[in-house]
Amino acid sequence: MAELLVWPALLAYGEAAVAYAGVLRAPALSGRLAIWGVRVGWVAQTALLLVQAVHTGGFPWGTWAGALNLFVWLVVTAFLVWGCNARFRLVGLLVMPVAAVLLVASWAGGGTESGEAAHPGVLLGLHVGLMLAALAGLTIAGGMAALYLWEERRLKQRDSRLFRLRVPPLETLDRLTTKVAAASLALLTAGIVFGLARFQRGHFDAAMAVTLALWVALALLLALRHESRLRGRRAATFQLGVVVLVAVVLPITHFAS
Amino acid sequence: MNLALVGVSHHGAPVELREQVAVDTDAAAALARELADGCEAIVLSTCNRTEIYLAANDDAPLEGRAADALVQLAHGRGEELAPVLYRLADESAALHLFRVAAGLDSLVPGEGEILGQVRTAFEIGSTGPLLDRLFRQALHAGRRARVETAIGENPSSVPAAAAALAQQVFGELSGRVVVLVGAGRMSELTARNLMSRGARIAVVANRSNEHAEELALRLGARAATFDELPNEIGSCDIVVSCTSAPGFVLRRADLAATLRSRRGRPLLFVDLAVPRDVDPELASFDGGFVYDVDDLEAVVEASLVGRRTEAARAERLVAAEADRFREWQASLTVVPAIASLRARAEQIRSAELAKAEGRLAQLAEGERRVVEAVTSQIVNKLLHLPTVRMKEAAAAADGVFYAQVVRHLFGLGEDEESL
Repeated sequence: MAELLVWPALLAYGEAAVAYAGVLRAPALSGRLAIWGVRVGWVAQTALLLVQAVHTGGFPWGTWAGALNLFVWLVVTAFLVWGCNARFRLVGLLVMPVAAVLLVASWAGGGTESGEAAHPGVLLGLHVGLMLAALAGLTIAGGMAALYLWEERRLKQRDSRLFRLRVPPLETLDRLTTKVAAASLALLTAGIVFGLARFQRGHFDAAMAVTLALWVALALLLALRHESRLRGRRAATFQLGVVVLVAVVLPITHFAS
Repeated sequence: MNLALVGVSHHGAPVELREQVAVDTDAAAALARELADGCEAIVLSTCNRTEIYLAANDDAPLEGRAADALVQLAHGRGEELAPVLYRLADESAALHLFRVAAGLDSLVPGEGEILGQVRTAFEIGSTGPLLDRLFRQALHAGRRARVETAIGENPSSVPAAAAALAQQVFGELSGRVVVLVGAGRMSELTARNLMSRGARIAVVANRSNEHAEELALRLGARAATFDELPNEIGSCDIVVSCTSAPGFVLRRADLAATLRSRRGRPLLFVDLAVPRDVDPELASFDGGFVYDVDDLEAVVEASLVGRRTEAARAERLVAAEADRFREWQASLTVVPAIASLRARAEQIRSAELAKAEGRLAQLAEGERRVVEAVTSQIVNKLLHLPTVRMKEAAAAADGVFYAQVVRHLFGLGEDEESL
């Protein structure tokens, strides 16, 4: 049953990723095709996660592949909060290809199967869930920061076709990026707290170190933003740096440890 | 029913003629009342057109009456006016009004003001069933064109482009602070456009303090000198500059410290002057955006291209609305026949029930109500399809023929005793 649901989700996310690529040429039609792909894919993946949870009777996302599956769902869920608004469709151009590729990776790694139940306990389940939600939030914040930088460049270059492809105003993007980052920091903090509750002395590894570095970087970004010492282009670049930290360093250190 | 439109517009008449027949709201209302003798009348008068819409049940010479009214308005220039008048009837008149309401007949496609002007004309007009339906549907078509297409979305003038750019940077302009440099007409136009979107003009700076104070008074701002500008710019969001100075008024060297102190907080410079007032190097600062008049004109041109593309979609939408109106208008030809048919059927049903009164008397009250309901349902079901088919036939221009056939077959209008 789970296998049957993977393909609609994958196809729909793939279609959305391709359609978002067409947004620059035909914004209205591509945007509609893309958002419907996201919606259909999200429904299929939600059903997939439910089937996995029911069949295993435990926590089926404890493996790296399973975690990727849940992560993709969280990213798409967060994207849907804004993605239905036509002005935010370019965030989809950044987010949906990543979601589609990661879901393929999850499927290849067996993360979409209804395999044996893992029973990690409530604390580990909460830890994994909160950490993944925080990383999903950061991915969306990264997408918004990238959109900010792109729109700022268009405004600086005085692009006469500025209004042909509408995106949210710069200040809106700046504010939303900060809000999403703040929510991610709260989730990350809670995730770390639940992780610390299970922490055993002598088991501090590279993944934990990078997670703490991520927390510090995010907290610093928000503190500087709050003090009005960092905003606009610099804040967006900093935010993208944080996402790079998530996207590149965390998986490497996770597998290393 | 009979619908006629006679008008004059920017397509055929120069402004000297149009201004002769232009009327304000009160005069338009008075003229509509005067023309509405035995018919319905609406007068639509804008900068680009004056149009008279008349409707009547009979074949009254509406077109001539409307044309005469316009010629009289022309104050002795009627001979010049007559050749440029356009005269439309029924479907064509409806389609024309729908295009006007959608902004498709305007100089700038999709301009927003016309929809309000059509609404005002409707409200002050002397309407009846036909013009009421026509103008309501025109307003609906105008709204649909703006909601379902992007015809009215992008800026169509330099001041509007400046305001739209400000919104693209700041989002809502409510509470945003504007500094005006120069107290000329263009500065004021742009300032008013920004104010209409919620921005606040804080300061007007000008070489001549007298002009600055005059404009500041009109805009609810205060006057300042050029020396105060770096300080004022430090705390504002938008700077609009349009002076006749021969060189840059806002130079990088003078404003560098101010812009650095903003730490990336956006600042939009709108430079409407030629020669330019704003050093383009100010855009190199984080959060600094500089647009000169060429940039704004390029934005307007690109927007107009987009509007023209959207106009094709809006035309299809308006044509569909005009078809709906035509069908409704055509259905009016069969409405009397349908009403007579239903009245005759109801009369027969009641008569037959009355004949059976003796046999029905023994029924309980509830059972009698069932008999009433069942006979009514039979009549309604029998007449449903003929009613629908007659309306369809009316839409296909066969309505009069079908109405005659129905009258003949059912003896409508003949002596009822014969039934």
